[in-house]
Amino acid sequence: MELYIRPDYEIVRNESRCTVCRVCERQCANELHFFDPATGRMRADESKCVNCHRCVSLCPAHALKIVKTDDAYRENANWEAQTMHEIYRQANTGGVLLSSMGNPKPYPVFWDRLLINASQVTNPPIDPLREPMETQLCLGRRTVKAERDEHGRLKDTLPPQLKLSVPVLFSAMSYGSISYNAHESLARAAAELGTYYNTGEGGLHRDFYKYGKNTIVQVASGRFGVHKEYLETAAAIEIKMGQGAKPGIGGHLPGSKISEDVSRTRMIPQGVDAISPAPHHDIYSIEDLKQLVDSLKEATEYKKPIIVKIAAVHNAAAIASGIARSGADIIAIDGFRGGTGAAPTRIRDNVGIPIEMALAQIDARLREEGIRDNVSLIVGGSVRSSADVVKAIALGADACYIGTAALLALGCHLCRSCHTGKCNWGIATQRPDLVKRLDPACGCKQLVNLITAWKHEIEEMMGGMGINALEALRGNRLMLRGIGLTDTELRLLGVRYAGESL
Amino acid sequence: MKIRANGMHYAALNAAVRDSEETDIEISGCGGQRYLGAGLADRKIFVYGTPGNALGAYLNGAEICVDGNVQEATGDTMNGGVIEVHGSAGDATGYAMRGGKIFIEGDVGYRCGIHMKAFLSQHPAIVIGGRAGSFLGEYQAGGTIVVLGLHTDGKPVIGNFCGTGMHGGEILLRCETLNVALPAQVRAERIEGPGSEESAALIREWCARFGRNAAPYLQAVYYRLTPNAENPYRQMYTPN
Repeated sequence: MELYIRPDYEIVRNESRCTVCRVCERQCANELHFFDPATGRMRADESKCVNCHRCVSLCPAHALKIVKTDDAYRENANWEAQTMHEIYRQANTGGVLLSSMGNPKPYPVFWDRLLINASQVTNPPIDPLREPMETQLCLGRRTVKAERDEHGRLKDTLPPQLKLSVPVLFSAMSYGSISYNAHESLARAAAELGTYYNTGEGGLHRDFYKYGKNTIVQVASGRFGVHKEYLETAAAIEIKMGQGAKPGIGGHLPGSKISEDVSRTRMIPQGVDAISPAPHHDIYSIEDLKQLVDSLKEATEYKKPIIVKIAAVHNAAAIASGIARSGADIIAIDGFRGGTGAAPTRIRDNVGIPIEMALAQIDARLREEGIRDNVSLIVGGSVRSSADVVKAIALGADACYIGTAALLALGCHLCRSCHTGKCNWGIATQRPDLVKRLDPACGCKQLVNLITAWKHEIEEMMGGMGINALEALRGNRLMLRGIGLTDTELRLLGVRYAGESL
Repeated sequence: MKIRANGMHYAALNAAVRDSEETDIEISGCGGQRYLGAGLADRKIFVYGTPGNALGAYLNGAEICVDGNVQEATGDTMNGGVIEVHGSAGDATGYAMRGGKIFIEGDVGYRCGIHMKAFLSQHPAIVIGGRAGSFLGEYQAGGTIVVLGLHTDGKPVIGNFCGTGMHGGEILLRCETLNVALPAQVRAERIEGPGSEESAALIREWCARFGRNAAPYLQAVYYRLTPNAENPYRQMYTPN
C-alpha cells in the first residue's frame, strides 16, 4: 500500500458562478477537473493539481480559486509538511526527488539587502527623458595591444564583441526543455530588442537559423546539435560547464521526450535518451578548457566571442580567474537560484552559492589580478527586476541573463512542474495541443514589453545616481549600500552599510 | 599545395590550409600544431609528422591522412569526412562524432568514441587496428567502433569500463575470448565474422588503407557489444 500524501492545494469553486462550461476540464493537462453526471456539477481531483492557475485564469465566470490547504499536520518547525511529503514520496517509490525551476527555499536574497544611491545637490541627477542615457554595451575581451599600420592608422585588433542595446540577455533554455513556440518568442524578442537568446544544449531548430545574429549557441558535454553550420550561424558560442540550478549535475532528457522535431534539432535518433553528463570528458584543467575554446575559435575563424558558463560554487573566484586566462571572451556565472527544466531536488535546494556573492568575489578577484578586462561577465540565477540588474552591474557585472523572468513574461505561473512535461501554459512541454496555447507573436510582444520597461527603469535609476552610461556604473560599488547584512557579508560584497558616508 | 610546418604557430598553419585555393594540401614537418583541419569540408590534407590535439575537430567532410601518430581528441565532434592515421592515437579519439570515419592503424588511448552518436543517414565509425584504452565507447549513443586487436603483447583488446553509460550503437572486438568485465548496461555476443555487411565493409576499408589482406579479419571471431535492453541506463526519479 502506498503512503497517502494529502494535496497541498484546494480548488475552491464558487458554485453560484460556475456555469459548467467545462473550460477548466479542457484546459487542465493534469486532468483533475471532471463533470459529475450525478449532480450535474464540476468536481476536481486535487491530488493532481500543480497550482499552475491555468483554470483560474481561463474560467470565464471567475468561479475558481486555488488556496493552500489548511489541513494541518501536527505543527513541527523541524519537520514541515513538504519535508514529510518528500519522505513519503521516496518511501513509496525509491526514487530520486526531481524538481524544476529555481531554488524555492528561504535563503537570503542579497539583492533585497542592497540599496541604490541617488544624487542630491552636489552631483545633480539626470533626467533620462531629456538627456541621452547610454544603455548600449559590448561584451567581449577588451585588452588588446594598439597596433598601427604603415600610415600610422590604428589597426582594428579588437576581438569579436557582442553588441547589446540593453544589458539583459535571455539565458540558455534548450528546445526540449521548453517548446518550439517559447523558443520562437525568445528569438523574435531578442532580434527586436537588439539582444540575444541562448539555445541551451539542445541544438538550433532549422526554422530559427534566421535569428542567428541574435543567437548564442551552446556546446555542452554531449555536443548535441553541434556542427559547423550551427557554430557559424550563431553570434557567440557558449561552452556550458555548469548550471546554477544543478552544479555538478548533467542533463538527461529521456527518450520519451525526444520527439521527431527535437531529435532533428539535437541531431540524435528519435526516442534515444539524450545524456549530457556534468563533466566534459576532455576537460580536466584550465589548459583543457583553453583547448576547447581555441578549437571553437579555429572552427569559426576567430569571428565569434566564446562564453564559458559556470555555476556559482564555493571557489568560483579562483575558477573564473582560470577561465579569464583560457582565451574565453566572456564568463557567464549562474547563481544557485537559477531555474531548470528538471533537477534533483536535493541538488537544486542545497548546492551552489548566491549569485550576488559569486559576482562580487569574481569581479574583485579579476581586478586584483589585473585581468578583469580580459573578459566580460554575464550573471544570472535569479535576476528578477531592473533593480536587480542595476545592482548586479554595480557589483561588477557587464550584463545579466534572465530565464525565469522571461518565462514569467511568457505566462509561466511558477508551478515548478516543468519536469512533468505537461505545462498548461505551452512553455515547458512538447505536447502539440499544449504548445499551441503559447502564441509566439504574443510571447514576443510580452518579452519586448518587459525588457523595454526594464530599460526605462534602468535609465531612471542611473539618472538618479547622476550616471549617464552603463560603463560608469559597472563595478561602481559606492553606488550600493547594504542593509541587514553582517560584517562578513559586507566585506564579501565590497559595500558599505546604509548610512555610512565616504 | 605544400606547406612546411616546422615551428609554425597553429593559427597560421590552419589559416594557410583554410585559405588555400587548392583542395589537396601536403603538410610536412608537422610538430604538435593543434586543431588542424577544424571544421573543414572540401580539403584533402596529407600530414607528415605529429599533429597536435583536436586534429579534425568539427570536421565536416574533409579527408585527413596522417603519416605518424596523432594526439588527443582527434575528430572531436566530427560531422563528416575521413581521418586516416598511420600510427596510434591519444585519448578521446572521436569524441561525440556524429558522422564520418576514423581509421587508426595502431592503438587508441582512453575514452575513444565517447558520446559517439548517429543521426538519420549519418553513421559514424572508428576502426582501430591495435587495442583500445579504458572507457572505450563511454556514453555511446550510436555508430560503430571496431577494435581489430593486431597487437601481439597478449593484453586484452580493451581496457576497463568499456561501454559505461552506452545506450546506442555497437562495438566490435576481434578476440577469441573476452577476458574483461563489462558494465551491466552492456550486452556481449560472440559472433563468427563481423556480423553485418556494413561492419565487413568498414574492416575491408581499414585493410585496404593499411595494406592488409582482409580475409583473416572477415573470418575471425568477434564480440559484439550493444546496450543491454533488459538493463537500461537510467536512474529512477520521483516527481516532487
